[in-house]
Amino acid sequence: MAEDLRYVVKKVVGEENFIDMSPNRSNNYCCGGGGGFLQAGYPEERRQYGKMKADQILATGAPYCITPCHNCHAQVHDLSDIRGHAWETLHLWTLICLSLGILGENEREYLGEDLKNVAVYGA
Amino acid sequence: MGEPAIKLGGNHKSRFLDKVKEILPEGGNLDLCLTCGACSSGCPATGIGDMDARKFLRMAALGMDEEITKTEWVWHCTMCQRCSYVCPMQINIPQLVFNARGLWPRELRPKGILGSCDMALKNDTCSAMGTNEEDFRFVVEDVLEEYREAQPEFADMQAPVDKQGAHYFLNQNSREPVTEPDEMVPLWKILHIVGADWTYGSKGWAAENYCMFMADNDAWKHIVEVKAKAVDDLGCKVWLNTE
Repeated sequence: MAEDLRYVVKKVVGEENFIDMSPNRSNNYCCGGGGGFLQAGYPEERRQYGKMKADQILATGAPYCITPCHNCHAQVHDLSDIRGHAWETLHLWTLICLSLGILGENEREYLGEDLKNVAVYGA
Repeated sequence: MGEPAIKLGGNHKSRFLDKVKEILPEGGNLDLCLTCGACSSGCPATGIGDMDARKFLRMAALGMDEEITKTEWVWHCTMCQRCSYVCPMQINIPQLVFNARGLWPRELRPKGILGSCDMALKNDTCSAMGTNEEDFRFVVEDVLEEYREAQPEFADMQAPVDKQGAHYFLNQNSREPVTEPDEMVPLWKILHIVGADWTYGSKGWAAENYCMFMADNDAWKHIVEVKAKAVDDLGCKVWLNTE
């Protein structure tokens, strides 16, 4: 499953634009959004937990981080925001539609300024 | 110098650990800890509230049930299972944490999780945000109509609710229809382009399940059963959950 997602991401952004974080695959770290943590009412502890993930993302130097589910998206987005919006956080569906040229202007909430106006469908 | 020694009660009739062992395959290997610390060394929750996975397991092994019941750390561990993955004895620490969550009086479990679970139990949509069948259908139809008009290539795009016999039954996180409905559209477009035969269900469409996180087994089971019945009632072959 994870390898299938890597295949899709590489096809969408181009092999040269894909950077795996380290460690990865089964050795990777949970971002801290799951298990109910986002709703549990412990924001400080949740952000302390997420520091490991934030450091991993920053170490890649990548301007975009792709997240697989809603919990991860909300947590990774928050981890970026508390660091002065250090990176953009995307759902995979946004990137797939952008690469297909079918992403409209209202579907770009999570794209950065560099991609906000690229290939806007219907414009 | 150092912390005072912990005095053990001794002769515990039934430790919390023993109760968890009874319900796990191979007893979750809970008695096999070598105290190596691999679990804690690669865990993002290590040190939060002065707790970590090894300490938690050792406390359980020592029968410190009262402390186990009180530590809020069980709500800081996400049960991601990395500790079990790196453990040389494959000890099921996440299940120990899950069952420790279940030791908390229901009304004292984190309000946000409790409220989301209780909301999901209120109607058959299973939405933690309380969105009912009518509102969900309205949002989907409204957004679909808007996009079919605005983007001609998608004039015949579908976003069916309760399409009998569709191949895929798609779940949706409640946050999208409620707070950012435009975020539903890219997925619809992809499904449209690949020609997928899919449907939402007016019942059981919500992807989230906070009753599971709350370790309320009966409520968790109820939510899963409502969703599974919705999939079966529509005769769908594949249940897609985006969570």
